[in-house]
Amino acid sequence: MFSFILRRLGLLLPTFFGITLITFGLIRLIPGDPVEVMVGERTLDPQMHADAMHRLGLDKPIYLQYVDYLHNLATGHLGESLVTKDSVWKEFTTLFPATLELAVMAMLFAAVFGLLAGVIAAIKRGSIFDHGVMGLALTGFSMPIFWWGLILIMFFSVKLGWTPVSGRLDLAFDIAPRTGFMLIDAWLAEAADPSLNAGAFKDALKHLILPAIVLGTIPLAVIARMTRSSMLEVLREDYVRTARAKGLSPARVIFIHTLRNAMIPVLTVMGLQVGTLMGGAVLTETIFSWPGIGKWLIDAISRRDYPVVQNGILMVATLVILVNFIVDILYGIANPRIRHAK
Amino acid sequence: MSLLQIKNLSVEFGSDKNPFRAVEGLDLTVDQGEIVGIVGESGSGKSVTMMAMMGLLEGQGRIVADKLQFDGKNLLTISARERRKIVGKDISMIFQDPMTALNPSFTVGYQIMEVLKLHQGLRGAALKARALELMEMVEIPAAASRLSAYPHQLSGGMSQRVAIAMAIACNPKLLIADEPTTALDVTIQAQIMELLVSLQQSQNMALILITHDLAVVAEVAQRLAVMYAGQVAEMGQVPDIFRHPSHPYTEALLKSIPEHSKGAHRLSTLPGIVPGQYDRPSGCLLSPRCPYVQERCRAERPALTAQRQGAVRCHFPLYDKES
Ligand SMILES: Nc1ncnc2c1ncn2[C@@H]1O[C@H](COP(=O)(O)OP(=O)(O)OP(=O)(O)O)[C@@H](O)[C@H]1O
Ligand code: SF4
Ligand SMILES: [Mg+2]
Repeated sequence: MFSFILRRLGLLLPTFFGITLITFGLIRLIPGDPVEVMVGERTLDPQMHADAMHRLGLDKPIYLQYVDYLHNLATGHLGESLVTKDSVWKEFTTLFPATLELAVMAMLFAAVFGLLAGVIAAIKRGSIFDHGVMGLALTGFSMPIFWWGLILIMFFSVKLGWTPVSGRLDLAFDIAPRTGFMLIDAWLAEAADPSLNAGAFKDALKHLILPAIVLGTIPLAVIARMTRSSMLEVLREDYVRTARAKGLSPARVIFIHTLRNAMIPVLTVMGLQVGTLMGGAVLTETIFSWPGIGKWLIDAISRRDYPVVQNGILMVATLVILVNFIVDILYGIANPRIRHAK
Repeated sequence: MSLLQIKNLSVEFGSDKNPFRAVEGLDLTVDQGEIVGIVGESGSGKSVTMMAMMGLLEGQGRIVADKLQFDGKNLLTISARERRKIVGKDISMIFQDPMTALNPSFTVGYQIMEVLKLHQGLRGAALKARALELMEMVEIPAAASRLSAYPHQLSGGMSQRVAIAMAIACNPKLLIADEPTTALDVTIQAQIMELLVSLQQSQNMALILITHDLAVVAEVAQRLAVMYAGQVAEMGQVPDIFRHPSHPYTEALLKSIPEHSKGAHRLSTLPGIVPGQYDRPSGCLLSPRCPYVQERCRAERPALTAQRQGAVRCHFPLYDKES
């Protein structure tokens, strides 16, 4: 197990290096530089432009810029935003809880319903429920997030008026960020001062629910399909027959003896979905004006805010890699054959 | 009264339009404390019969029978919940491949204790002590440390011992061993058989031994049922059948035992194969392969008829009282 972890860690370094190269390169491939975008091309005096670029260190040869960038990274400097002059780290940590809250809710939604649907579809294989779930899963999997988000907004927010269109909380509430998770902050505020903040928690929940569904749709579909096929495979195993021959209840056979083993590939897939989730967060946050990392990055790209884009993406990627790493370890724990491997 | 009575059991797989009868009109009785051998080529329905009786085919096969009675209880009419109180407790089963029969995610101890908790309500120290006792009964060395082992850490023989420990955990009245040694090394086979027979005697349980090894049946069983294509071809007392087989198929099986051989031996003695779903002859199911076949055999399917202390399904049985 220990060498297994070490081997995994050894793979992280090249991955990390590759990401810096890609983000550094890609953002510079987009036409326009930060100064141009800020001032607007037409009114820009060439001398002013050159001065500004020099001040930002962007006039150096590109390979030197990259070396500087790596040097800064290695010494723990993530730089400042070209636009706000705030440190990238500070902006990231301020906005990240919003994205995390959204992603966690989306994953929770996807995991609960995906597992449930997958398990039932497998048990009732060939039934109408099975065909229905698998059809929906295929649809969900190929759903364009942007379109799906707009459809849900149109129906639930505009037509039915059940949920707000954007943001994390109604402007009528003024809630001090404590944990950065609006659900928790709103709940705490409501508990502290029920008269002033009545309904804050419910309002936060209402804001969260549609974006979480939109973001969770693809993971939900993937988890449901994977759970079903994995369950079907494990249900055929001899040890499931043994479990039934012991006289165990169907619930115990399904949830303890089958699902436990069927979960192993599902866990891996869930880990991989964290990447999808981060990518989806960019779109979802844009649609719902959700003040998180995704919206921050989109804004930074359109402003050519190089440090924010480079390091913001780097941090998101690092997170995704870390989560996958943790999932790998969980996978080892769930599977004794790996846990005991030398 | 017999411990187990099966009368006219049929098991069907496949769709209603395109059914496949894996077992057809099967009769079998097992008395308290006796060993009954069941032999027959691969696909003859031995496993399906036992799984149908235990309710393990739910949702897969359709089961009909005139009688399916165990220990005075009608298995045809009791609820699934009632049946689960019997299965794993009074009737238990061990399977062919011990390497896949145990759940890879749980320790050996957990899997044994699971049965004890469920059927006997044991908890705590008593539970652990009984699990250990069972491990020792099936002669697993260093039993205490093996309780926390995972199945992949055990050899095939050890895994089968664990499976046996699980099966005898609640002192069953009937143990079904479905080819318990086929997947094991030859040297281990004899040990496992010995263990099963000694447990059968010490626990005074009935044992149904499904096997391909007629030599083992001759050695340990009191009675024998020979199955062919989902039906009983012949059944009776072991000495009677081994001395004078009555069904041509039994005779062929007996001829196939190599002298002094005790190893596993796949039964295939007559040219041809067991008829499957689409090639069932209309007359006697053995007629395409039977060396004694006559006109009547092709036209008319023989019924199981009482003979000696058993029965035979053949128009022209080889053993006759007169001869
Ligand atoms: N779940 C199932 N669905 C469809 N057909 C099945 C199923 N289980 C068994 N069968 C069929 O029923 C027939 C009898 O199978 P069974 O497993 O009882 O044979 P067997 O006598 O135990 O053979 P073996 O010696 O190989 O174990 C076979 O043709 C098999 O393909
Ligand atoms: S009925 Fe005929 S074909 Fe069938 S076993 Fe007897 S002799 Fe052979
Ligand atoms: Mg079998």
